[in-house]
Amino acid sequence: MAVLIDSDTKVICQGFTGQLATYHMERAITYGTKVGGGVVPGKGGQTHLGLPVFDTVAEAVDATGATATAIFVPPASAATAIEEAIDAEMPLAVCITERVPVLDMVRVKCRLDDAKTRLIGPNSQGIIAPGRCKIGVMPAHLERQGNIGIASRSASLTSEIIDQTTAQRLGQSTSIGIGGDPVHGIGFIECLELFLDDPETKGIILLGEIGGSDEEDAAEFLKSARPDKPVVAYVAGHHAPTERRMGHAGTVNVFGGGSAAEKCDALATAGVHIAPNAAEIGSTMRRALTG
Amino acid sequence: MNIHEYQAKKLLRDFDLPTPSGGVAATPAEAASLTRDLGGTRWAVKAQVHAGGRAQARGVRLVDSADAAGDAARDLLGSRIVTTQTGPEGKAVRRVYVEQAVDVDRELYLAILVDRSVGRLAFIGSEQGGDDIEQRAAADPASILRLVTTPDRGLDRTAAADFAAQLGLTGPQGDAAIAIMESMYRAFIACDAGLIEINPLAVTNSGDVMALDVKMTLDDNALFRHEELEVLRDVDEVDPTEVEAKRYELNFVKLDGDIGVMVNGAGLALATVDLLKERGGEPADFMDVRPVATRDQIATGFKMLLSNPKVRAILVNIYGGGILRCDTVADGIATACQDSGLRVPLVLRAAGTNMEMARKTLISRGVTVTFADDMMDAADKVVAAAKGA
Repeated sequence: MAVLIDSDTKVICQGFTGQLATYHMERAITYGTKVGGGVVPGKGGQTHLGLPVFDTVAEAVDATGATATAIFVPPASAATAIEEAIDAEMPLAVCITERVPVLDMVRVKCRLDDAKTRLIGPNSQGIIAPGRCKIGVMPAHLERQGNIGIASRSASLTSEIIDQTTAQRLGQSTSIGIGGDPVHGIGFIECLELFLDDPETKGIILLGEIGGSDEEDAAEFLKSARPDKPVVAYVAGHHAPTERRMGHAGTVNVFGGGSAAEKCDALATAGVHIAPNAAEIGSTMRRALTG
Repeated sequence: MNIHEYQAKKLLRDFDLPTPSGGVAATPAEAASLTRDLGGTRWAVKAQVHAGGRAQARGVRLVDSADAAGDAARDLLGSRIVTTQTGPEGKAVRRVYVEQAVDVDRELYLAILVDRSVGRLAFIGSEQGGDDIEQRAAADPASILRLVTTPDRGLDRTAAADFAAQLGLTGPQGDAAIAIMESMYRAFIACDAGLIEINPLAVTNSGDVMALDVKMTLDDNALFRHEELEVLRDVDEVDPTEVEAKRYELNFVKLDGDIGVMVNGAGLALATVDLLKERGGEPADFMDVRPVATRDQIATGFKMLLSNPKVRAILVNIYGGGILRCDTVADGIATACQDSGLRVPLVLRAAGTNMEMARKTLISRGVTVTFADDMMDAADKVVAAAKGA
């Protein structure tokens, strides 16, 4: 079993007819993801990639029975799109959109508190259960169905680690891109809960970076969770200059989380195996599983 | 996006934030003239740079005459100020802010920002303001007060009164503090701010509560809906190559070393910089190529690396997939090399979509490149190349 998605998950796409959405949903369909159609206000009734387009999420859900949505709309309307998915009570929303205004996400976060919807993202690479379902923009030729669960704040690093875990003959159960934004849907803790509960997942890899306190919060969670599977972590940004914004990694803020070294210390205290660098994450997991 | 103290104060006055009267000056004469316009008997002449820690670096001068204000401005304008937040090269002072000095009884700290751990707007406060707040927060986190708000209920007055009381502000000063918090809250949302920090929030000898210094940043992701705030951007405060890079869909940060770096993806780029340092190399930059970058934009980025005289070797680490393909990157690199000439060793690690095509492209266009199988191999090869070059 993968987590959150499986080979039967029916997916719709909000922003279906956009350039990025078309490119990636076409690949998702080829991969075997069950795509039911898409949502583009004003284009209901049209067809795209051989599938129906609807005006609203509610109509799309009614017609297709979809339980997951891939959101590719532009930043200005991303929060509204997520809220529409929440209103339609979609169990899973995966928001790929980057550069969503932070205060919009603060509003969304409040709605998520008592919603039936689980949000992955924004600024997420997506979620993939190899061999079964792919929702997002990750390249898909080096992944293999296997037993490592991955939760990552960085899209590019995830591809690298999927590569490494495949090379180590471990494969992946599910890889979840929680995204790089300061305010987001599910975080490391929810991913850890899902992976710890999943019989198919035998080891968990957390890919973190400077900015925020996701890693410290995960460490606190693990201290009381007493995991029965090894957890490996790598935190990027040991040598990033302070007070500088590096891509989406965000400004290091004294009130919002420590340095990469401090994050590693917190995780290590919670029993997490720390990979010494990005090239040795797969091998660290191999050692943790056999050691 | 950062804005200057004088811009932040002007903006926040529209939201009723109490600050001393002040004005901005670009010449000593303007500074002197401001003292007459503002009235009073003492003024602070403050360097306007996008960095804190100015007081400890003599970037804030107290003066008691128009002439003295002019002298202070003459001294500051055109100088470079080095503080704990500017980096060793410091920042050029192009403007000063002249402000009425106030007699201060107490200095506090008050800020509003998005608390990432709970995804809410939160106030942060401390009974002690001043430049060393970061050290004190690190040493004693419990001395920092926090008040979380929610989007649906906004700032709760009772909670705000409580928060103010914990800062030692009750009675009329408590009311003033609540009004200030309400101003900050309204301004944060109306402007899509990233941070509004008042340090110090001063209680004057006459019992007034006012903001003596304000640091404000704006959410870059929301500027599209704030044309009137976009004009506050001061491009002089940012390294020109970094400004230029942004136009080409590249996130670029200059570092000090001799290995040029180009990677697709911020996390992988950070990880690559980390790995290089670990293997004994010194990165010359952080460069994250965004997924929508075109061949020409990549060529521009590569030329930026070539034009840095310190660079003795270049590493390109690309994980192709999604919309950025390895062959697009190879195309861009080859174009740059054809235009500018490749004067240093180049190590390429390309994985993922079209990696074979990337290799073929570079070889067929005559670019001398060493291929690496994985990140570790790539790092070791480029570190050796930089040392040997």
